[in-house]
Amino acid sequence: MDMQVAKKKLGLKERYAVMTRGLDWTPSYQKMEDIYPYVAYEGIKIHDWDKWEDPFRLTMDAYWKYQAEKERKLYAIIDAFNQNNGHLNVTDARYINAVKLFISGISPLEYVAHRGFAHAGRAFPGPGPRVACLMQSIDEIRHAQTQVHSISNYNKYYNGMHDFHHAHDRVWFLSVPKSFFDDALTAGPFEFMVAIGFSFEYVLTNLLFVPFVSGAAYNGDMGTMTFGFSAQSDEARHMTLGLEVIKFILEQDPANVPIVQRWIDKWTWRGYRVLTLVAMMMDYMLPKRTMSWKEAWEIYFEENGGALFKDLARYGITMPKCAGQIALEKDHLSHQAWSTFYNYAAAANFHTWMPDDDEMKWLASKYPDSFDKLYRPRYRFWREQAAKGNRFYSKTLPMLCQVCQIPMVFTEPGEPTKTCYREVDYRDDKYHFCSDHCKKIFEDEPEKYTQAWLPVHQIYQGNCFPEGTDPTVEGFDPLAEVLKFYNLEHGRDNLDFEISEDRKNFAEWRGQATRNI
Amino acid sequence: MSTVFIALQTNEETRQVIEAIVQDNPDAVVNEQPAMVKIDAQDRLVIRRETIEELIGRPFDLQELQVNLITMTGNLDQTDDEMVLYWNA
Amino acid sequence: MQIDLRTVTIKPLRHTFDNIARRIGADKPASRYQEGTLDMQQEANYHYRPTWDPDHLIYDRDRSAIRMADWYSFKDPRQFYYGAYTIARAKQQDTAEANFDFVENRGLAATLPDEIRDTVLALLIPLRHVAWGANMNNAAVCAYGYGTAFTQPCIYHAMDQLGIAQYLTRVGLLLGDVDSLDAAKQAWMEDDTWQGLRRYVEDTLVLRDPFELFVAQNVALDGLLYPLVYETIIDDVLSAKGGTPVAMLTQFMTDWHAETRKWIDATVKTAAAESAGNKTVLADWIVQWRDRAAAALLPVSRIALGERADELTTEIVQQFNARMAKAGVPL
Repeated sequence: MDMQVAKKKLGLKERYAVMTRGLDWTPSYQKMEDIYPYVAYEGIKIHDWDKWEDPFRLTMDAYWKYQAEKERKLYAIIDAFNQNNGHLNVTDARYINAVKLFISGISPLEYVAHRGFAHAGRAFPGPGPRVACLMQSIDEIRHAQTQVHSISNYNKYYNGMHDFHHAHDRVWFLSVPKSFFDDALTAGPFEFMVAIGFSFEYVLTNLLFVPFVSGAAYNGDMGTMTFGFSAQSDEARHMTLGLEVIKFILEQDPANVPIVQRWIDKWTWRGYRVLTLVAMMMDYMLPKRTMSWKEAWEIYFEENGGALFKDLARYGITMPKCAGQIALEKDHLSHQAWSTFYNYAAAANFHTWMPDDDEMKWLASKYPDSFDKLYRPRYRFWREQAAKGNRFYSKTLPMLCQVCQIPMVFTEPGEPTKTCYREVDYRDDKYHFCSDHCKKIFEDEPEKYTQAWLPVHQIYQGNCFPEGTDPTVEGFDPLAEVLKFYNLEHGRDNLDFEISEDRKNFAEWRGQATRNI
Repeated sequence: MSTVFIALQTNEETRQVIEAIVQDNPDAVVNEQPAMVKIDAQDRLVIRRETIEELIGRPFDLQELQVNLITMTGNLDQTDDEMVLYWNA
Repeated sequence: MQIDLRTVTIKPLRHTFDNIARRIGADKPASRYQEGTLDMQQEANYHYRPTWDPDHLIYDRDRSAIRMADWYSFKDPRQFYYGAYTIARAKQQDTAEANFDFVENRGLAATLPDEIRDTVLALLIPLRHVAWGANMNNAAVCAYGYGTAFTQPCIYHAMDQLGIAQYLTRVGLLLGDVDSLDAAKQAWMEDDTWQGLRRYVEDTLVLRDPFELFVAQNVALDGLLYPLVYETIIDDVLSAKGGTPVAMLTQFMTDWHAETRKWIDATVKTAAAESAGNKTVLADWIVQWRDRAAAALLPVSRIALGERADELTTEIVQQFNARMAKAGVPL
């Protein structure tokens, strides 16, 4: 051979195109609708999959390289944290309850996201979105695992987390996050992408990861901070995917706009309701606070979401209708949630407590329009009662919202002393809702939401006792039997923080570190 | 006007990247938070490979940002030379 | 206050999570593979049926004809959880990158005899589409299979196959150019040589039983294709004719196949050992897909092997049969 002609070097975009969509072909031995059977029934019209714009253009070689670098760093920190008893460096043992909530409520969802994106990553006829979804699928199993691995060490020393998979499938309040993701995964692939890729990842996860993880750092939890930020670096890719998906669907056909708008309305509300748990973590469970739920909502939803929906206005998409109600609730959400869990501490896998005076002061400063007036008197009363030995644990079961599955504890928009109830008659039954938005979601798809596995109904039907339990025997204690079914140990995993083994052990272990014995 | 932002972990690797971003976006606002730095800009934020390379004194692939990235917002356009975050509206 | 916590010796309350302790005993800590795998998939009380598959639960054992008392009997011998997986691949990627650099910087592609280069382009580049199909199929097994022990390795495998499709694309760009990719795709779509294989791939794309799909793709097709193309044709036949640089460019695939087949064999072995029923189902699937794969690969192997194609393909089928017998499924 003589002189070699210098080849034209492909730019990032061209190179990525030959590395992904160039691999695809139009089949002729099997029909498209048999290869991609799930893509038509939702009514979304896609005319040209090639119009898909790839957000991040990572080929597998780069993916392995950067992800391995992240993993090496992450596990080095986890190892160091564990070897040095890093858990004793957190601000105080109350903080660990946020970790319990995280592993039993959030980590299992990361796993479902992994499977959901594998499904979406197989279902779309377009090679660009398929690859992007699969990359998210493998990222999500990373998140599930790094969380389990980081929190594993906490489980060795603290209660409530020891059977979190079992708990996630059964415990009453965990049906809130579980049903949320089940809902998304059982929807069609396009709705799944709008639900998780867009509404959850793009609009809402910043609220979960950024302030909460920053809060973990602030509270001395290097382990959580590290997995949180490390996961979030993948989220940046996921969020971009979510935004590209929406733009792509909207650009393909104007008939898609109303469908997508309905999904955005639905999933912003569904996601927001799940974030109730996060609101409570931020305002009550971090001994050292970084920002309030309300502030986080204002920065990450009102400001950032506002910019986003302004950007999407050119397609005819508007701000989700629920935004108005959420704005009214932001002064109340975390307080109403914490009050509920304070009451139900006998039936949960983490401890609750009443905020101390300094914390009440902080809450009052962050919630000047609501805290002193509505919630401080309530807390003061509960604190007095507890001091007299009357710490109250509610042992009756609450009515649940058929859609979000949260007990019906929320108040009417704009009327914070009046509980909000809605109901619908469907077939021969009556269904209850916490809000107009959950009611609307039900009315749009009653066949779906009547299937919900509502923990309270299930308990009443006798489905949540250990096998062989006889509820008719004398002295039958339903709560005790339900706790057995949950595999929670009464007196260790539940009840008030003040009397917990966690508190006692933490104090003792810290004491050993500061004294010479 | 709408805000776009990018947030990076605070560490040795990102120090100069942040400096480069500030150089290329003189109106950007840098917020230091526990363990992270969030950079806000109005409507558009650009991250240039060359500026980073000048500061760190070695070749830099913009995809390396992935390792320390925490979050971002806005539409994204990435080439070999720059990464742009922007809002259309 | 910074306190020296290393000096504190405290006794843990428990060694691992209860679900792991129920499986391995409560007296010892679990590995990261175990904690990242066992019972990760939700098992009970699903809220809604999939609108895309209302006859099944979200995760449903009945999607497959394979029956397992416990889907966590499967174990990946590599013990890959995400971290272990990516770090392993990043190392291989370093080697692959060094190999590509070596070939590129020394202009070794230009030293290849024309005949070898043409053979490689004609044989290897259409295989990027086969790897792409394998990516889709493993995504499907991951999505619709049951239990993390079975499904987890499939997402890694899916991404590996995408990586392989991308390495093959780079080979095409290094030995040829973008036009070579187009020519290979045209061959894949139109040339008789490739139609059997393309039909095979498209037929697997419509399989609904995740375990049958695992067999058709990972056991049968790749079980013949990798030994034939990478071990026999590239590493052996072409290397002897001056094609060693090509072997450097495909080293990833050779090493990868040697590694992944351990997991594939372990999976087949566990399923077959479970029951006579499973063994029969597996044997039927393997025979059926093996025969189709062998027939589809024959014309492809002729590109490089010419008249020796029949003889060498038969040999590889025999090796495959021996491998399956060792995995507990005599054919």
